[in-house]
Amino acid sequence: MYNGGKILIGIIVFLLFAAFPFYNNIGKVSAKPEPKLDTPVIQQLAEKKCVEPKEFMKAEHMQMLNDWRDAAIREGKRIYVNSEGKIFNISLQNTCMNCHSNKKEFCDKCHAYAAVKPYCWTCHIEPKEKRS
Amino acid sequence: MKILFPFFAVIALVLLAVLGTAANLHFLFGVVIPYAALFIFIFGVIYRVLKWAKSPVPFCIPTTCGQQKSLPWIKQNKLENPSSTLHVIGRMALEVLTFRSLFRNIKGELRDSSKFVYGSDKWLWLGGIAFHYAFLIVLLRHIRLFAEPTPAYLYILEAFDGFLQIGIPRLFATGVVLLAAAAFLFLRRIYVPQVRYISLAADYFPLFLIMCIAATGIIMRYFFKTDIVGVKELTMGLVSFSPVIPKGVGSIFYVHLLLVSALFAYFPFSKLVHMAGVFLSPTRNMVANSREFRHVNPWNYPVKVHTYEEYEEDFREKMKMAEIPVEKE
Repeated sequence: MYNGGKILIGIIVFLLFAAFPFYNNIGKVSAKPEPKLDTPVIQQLAEKKCVEPKEFMKAEHMQMLNDWRDAAIREGKRIYVNSEGKIFNISLQNTCMNCHSNKKEFCDKCHAYAAVKPYCWTCHIEPKEKRS
Repeated sequence: MKILFPFFAVIALVLLAVLGTAANLHFLFGVVIPYAALFIFIFGVIYRVLKWAKSPVPFCIPTTCGQQKSLPWIKQNKLENPSSTLHVIGRMALEVLTFRSLFRNIKGELRDSSKFVYGSDKWLWLGGIAFHYAFLIVLLRHIRLFAEPTPAYLYILEAFDGFLQIGIPRLFATGVVLLAAAAFLFLRRIYVPQVRYISLAADYFPLFLIMCIAATGIIMRYFFKTDIVGVKELTMGLVSFSPVIPKGVGSIFYVHLLLVSALFAYFPFSKLVHMAGVFLSPTRNMVANSREFRHVNPWNYPVKVHTYEEYEEDFREKMKMAEIPVEKE
């Protein structure tokens, strides 16, 4: 082999990059996030249902919040009719956060896990939560 | 044929992943194949590098395009004609980071049917650099699926990448640039007759593969959303060697994963290995000092020489008798 030293350095650098996810996670335990739904308001609900079905909310909530923002702020529409014909007030703080008052235990759980930083709170006031 | 074969090969991969998930082979497509692909990638690249390292470089062959080091009052072009290791490092950095050799590309053209002119032609460089840097950032962004907690620098990267704040989830500029640049490089192969003539199936296959990877990624993020928490569960399971197959991750994810696995496994045995090869190309990484030092061919075997002194030693008496002048009496 020619230039053995340089070749070895190159291979080590390559391995450092290629195997980064493996050695980066040694000794770390990562648990799947479990967003909590046990706020007082949710517990008092007769029918524990969100605005739309759970699967839809899980995949499309960000799109829905964006549509809600456009409807409320840009078009002045505050009424949302869901797939079952029920009527909701279009408002993040008065509708969504009324039930999901536990931002740290609900929103942030998955967002932190998936490294998502929504910009809801650049305009809205973040709910003040007591650390329990 | 050169275009259709790789096209259908990629389509077959997509169908394979769709059928595999339909047949409940999630463990094979989510765990076994990605591990195998990464194994082939890492050891394949090392194998290729070691194989190159074993090949001797018989001649001093740097391709230079500037003034060589000469008399002190002649200005040397240190980056184009390096005379020391430091110059070579600078030259290699320019090549690897900014694709200098593509930037120097020129094109000849017949003007007014009588004048033949050369002009700068930067389109390949532009497409290439946009493609490579977009791919790099897209790759780095995926670290969020392989590290928990996600490192802080990734948030900065994503903030810049998504700073246009188009739509929700925020549109990442690099995703669009990657797909557009790969499409440009593909169309270039089709539309430029000379390039089309020299293009092979092995040129089209990686392009189709990468375009398809980018497309499935974009679809998963913006259109048919996959369960990102489930995906991260799977990827974290892979990197911590305790694989899990979460429920509810759609087959589009497995298509993306199989295509990426195919890319990784294909990497060391194709033109894509230029990632490692660019560092080992003698025309770029050698010092242009052939006038200062003699470059000895490493596989020169020792030649048995018979010098004149030895010759004279052998035949001195006979030379004297024949009245041939000798150096030593």
